Amino acid sequence: MSLLEIKNLHASINGKEILKGVDLTINKGEVHAIMGPNGNGKSTLASIIAGRDTFDVTQGEILYEGKNLFELSVEQRAAEGIFLGFQYPVEIPGVSIANFMKTAINEQRKYKGLDPMPSMEFMKLMEKQKKIVDLDTKLASRSVNEGFSGGEKKKNEIFQMAMLHPRLSILDETDSGLDIDALRVVASGVNALRSPEVSTILITHYQRLLDYIVPDFVHVLFEGKIVRTGPRELALELEEKGYEWLR
Amino acid sequence: MDNFKKAIRPKEEDFEDFSCHLTQLKTYRIHQYNGFFFERNDNEVLLDKNIIICSIRSAMENHKSIFNSTKNLQPLSSDEDGLFIYIPRNTTLDTPLQILNVIKTFEPLKIEAKTLIIVGENSHLKLIYCDDTVNDNLSKTESKISVVLEKDSSLEYYKMENINNLSSIFTDSNFVLDTNCELKTFWLSINGGDIKNKLSVALDGQYARADLNGLYMVDRDQVVDNQVSVSHNQPNCHSNQLYKGILDDSAKAQFKGHIYVSQNAPYTEAIQNNRNILLTDKAVVNTQPFLEIYNDDVKCAHGATIGQLDQGAMFYMRSRGISERSAKMLLMFAFCTEILSKASIEELVDTLQDIIKRRLHGELSSCENCVLLCSTPCGTSDVDFI
Ligand SMILES: Nc1ncnc2c1ncn2[C@@H]1O[C@H](COP(=O)(O)OP(=O)(O)O)[C@@H](O)[C@H]1O
Ligand SMILES: [Mg+2]
Repeated sequence: MSLLEIKNLHASINGKEILKGVDLTINKGEVHAIMGPNGNGKSTLASIIAGRDTFDVTQGEILYEGKNLFELSVEQRAAEGIFLGFQYPVEIPGVSIANFMKTAINEQRKYKGLDPMPSMEFMKLMEKQKKIVDLDTKLASRSVNEGFSGGEKKKNEIFQMAMLHPRLSILDETDSGLDIDALRVVASGVNALRSPEVSTILITHYQRLLDYIVPDFVHVLFEGKIVRTGPRELALELEEKGYEWLR
Repeated sequence: MDNFKKAIRPKEEDFEDFSCHLTQLKTYRIHQYNGFFFERNDNEVLLDKNIIICSIRSAMENHKSIFNSTKNLQPLSSDEDGLFIYIPRNTTLDTPLQILNVIKTFEPLKIEAKTLIIVGENSHLKLIYCDDTVNDNLSKTESKISVVLEKDSSLEYYKMENINNLSSIFTDSNFVLDTNCELKTFWLSINGGDIKNKLSVALDGQYARADLNGLYMVDRDQVVDNQVSVSHNQPNCHSNQLYKGILDDSAKAQFKGHIYVSQNAPYTEAIQNNRNILLTDKAVVNTQPFLEIYNDDVKCAHGATIGQLDQGAMFYMRSRGISERSAKMLLMFAFCTEILSKASIEELVDTLQDIIKRRLHGELSSCENCVLLCSTPCGTSDVDFI
């Protein structure tokens, strides 16, 4: 059984159709890259998988482990192992990262019928996962994303992913705006968490990320549809020729 | 419907040593019962430092010189009395003073309380003033406080209002600051049927600073009204107003913030902010800034917001597995506790955060009358967030 199956997904916002029949299947352990020009629905697709309700799904279905994903709330999807790395991580003044992560982990554990994680274990886990993305050690007491640089915000997304170890990670342009060093750090973070049990969707503009995280498939999302699927080399071709030839 | 009886002085033996929610906190406690003050000059530290705590009448008789040398004292009417606190010059009290006014009645009661505080030159005081009802009966409290800060002195003032849903409290507070004085206020309207706070601050000496913080949390049909007025009467003074409120059900709030800058007050900096979160469509906020500026060399800013919880932040939190309810709690808690960021009494901040958390959980009403008398947490919260 596939981990995620998207079938003929149509979605709109305020009556404007954004996704026009997306089909995509992801199996356990696979890494998929989704590329495509701006404004073609990549973030919309990611948000719908995570459960954002500002979009109307007008047709189609998404199965996660064979079950109807639309029956799960946002937080239930998270507890079932879906993680979205945001293109624009949200600042939450006054809520510390430690508090945020502790609440997230313990609510996910509660959903699974587990006791809260002991504080010591939580602190150790924070220490360990911070190192993966080389984040500032004073991080724990800082407010979520508040005053973070662009790079820190992206690292913080990967850090959260490492804390929550999801089974399906969707990273929405986690590489945008990163210099090459930060890109390397983020990519090695993703690679460190890669396993046969974990599937990843990388949404990106640039094929350079794929030098570091080698995908099994590359898809092109263009005008609300996946118009091309190919191996890693497709990304190079896109970089060379642009997107217009796909029309 | 004015069938309120006027509170009379309770007998000394009726006075109970009320416990209070701030029990962990070490304070020098001054007791009031239905607005009447009980004199107990038994604290050696305070006596040693020549701090005077007595009735206003006895201060007028026994400490005439203080009265005559202090400007800005309003006269008492013939049947009035109240609490008098005098901190002599060059005195620093590390432990806060706490005025605990306990309201307890079995019939509709009208309470008047008057307090006069003088902080002498170069003295530093922290004061916590609590008004708490301890049963469910109707009461109406009118509380007046005048505070005079003499040159180079400072005051950190915490006002806690936690009264039952039938009761009202109207406070009228006047602070006068001389040269280089610093005032910080933290006004917490935690619960009450009808709360009205009038706060006036006169910056009468150069380089005086006033930092006025307020938080109101209202639900059901509760009403809260804050009228804050700062007068910049001398050059180089700074003032900051930050009032925040969360309104649930059909609660109503009003905020009127007045900044006055006199012609004689160049180099003034005055900031005012009022931020509100409405949890329902029925809750109402009315916010009115009022700036009266008669000098050109002034930095003034004001802002007001009325909104809902940040939906982007809600989605972000939920996408990490945090339930909708907990995400709301975290956001509301962060919103509220910002006003405590400049409070210096750490243990008190912890306690206040706890009270705010419990109030947000809607637990006040389930705690008989108030959180304040229950020393054990009555929480039903399933998530333990910091
Ligand atoms: N909240 C929104 N309100 C209105 N239009 C939106 C909203 N979010 C996205 N869109 C529109 O949907 C289209 C696809 O956007 P998006 O999914 O963000 O594209 P991509 O991630 O591929 O750049 C764009 O035309 C964008 O303007
Ligand atoms: Mg996008």
